[in-house]
Amino acid sequence: MKKTMKRWVFPIIIVLIFASLALFSANTAERSLNVTFDYLKEMAIIMPPVFLLMGLIEVWVPKNKIEKWLGRGSRIKGGILSVALGTLPAGPLYVAFPIAASLLKKGASVTNMVLFLGAWAALKIPQIMVEVEFLGVAFAGLRFVLTLTALIIIGLLMELILKRQTDQDWLPKTENENQ
Amino acid sequence: MTTYIIIYGLVGAALTASVIKSKEKTKKAFKIAFKAFMKSLPSLLAILGIVGLILGVLPPETIESMVGAEAGFTATIVAAILGAVTLIPSLIAFPLAGSLLRSGATVMTISAFVTTLVMVGFVTAPMEIKILGKKFTVLRNVLGFIAALVIAFVMGMIL
Repeated sequence: MKKTMKRWVFPIIIVLIFASLALFSANTAERSLNVTFDYLKEMAIIMPPVFLLMGLIEVWVPKNKIEKWLGRGSRIKGGILSVALGTLPAGPLYVAFPIAASLLKKGASVTNMVLFLGAWAALKIPQIMVEVEFLGVAFAGLRFVLTLTALIIIGLLMELILKRQTDQDWLPKTENENQ
Repeated sequence: MTTYIIIYGLVGAALTASVIKSKEKTKKAFKIAFKAFMKSLPSLLAILGIVGLILGVLPPETIESMVGAEAGFTATIVAAILGAVTLIPSLIAFPLAGSLLRSGATVMTISAFVTTLVMVGFVTAPMEIKILGKKFTVLRNVLGFIAALVIAFVMGMIL
């Protein structure tokens, strides 16, 4: 019970900030509230199926398959697959966190998940189309190449740093460890 | 809209296959999903609040005045930080970046803003920590921020 309460401390602080903002500047508070509601609508539509997908992955996808496709031994193929999965148009980054977590638990490598999250955030195909339109092909193209390079370096670096940790103990456990 | 269709289509198909293969396992998947959802709900709501507050206090016009034409290298740093702490949908961010570029901001500043915007998620960090762990989150975001600065520098040199 205490733990459940603790989880709500952060949201309650936000509500208090909103309340004090409303006292100082009603206009700003109203604008903020409107933005929040816009995002709330989007999240309410997107998050339920995403978590369900995470549940289905957990239940159905065999660990050895993920290890083979996205694990440390998957090399370049796994990297390409991770980037490809990430570029699919499927919503904001917080959608990808639960998916990455369940793939990690099933044996995907840290490098590949960094690539997956990075591609999801920075290399989305519809997003790049908007970028080309407003910032030009040269800008978008150069950013794409540099970002991909950076992601590979970051991924390998993180793999190196986190590998020393014994068996993913840096990954928070969900209540259903059942493999 | 396409996003919704893709997500719902994908999950719908997976769910159908799951139900056909095993009702038991499907039930279990729902249970796992519900637990995970309830666990991240507070941080999800907090994120929404923070996003609203930031965009409410810092509307696009304010950002424009902060990273505009004559601000120089400081503008690049400010842009990188703004990009890291805000969460702006790309449909708003890229037109904003485009108009900043045309109104005289440097390529370095604009690429710093765009790159940290997509690579660093300060606002989503609490949720990322809850789901992927503190070490993973801190490393990914700090390294992403450094990389974004390097990328901005290189892009400023080339373009």
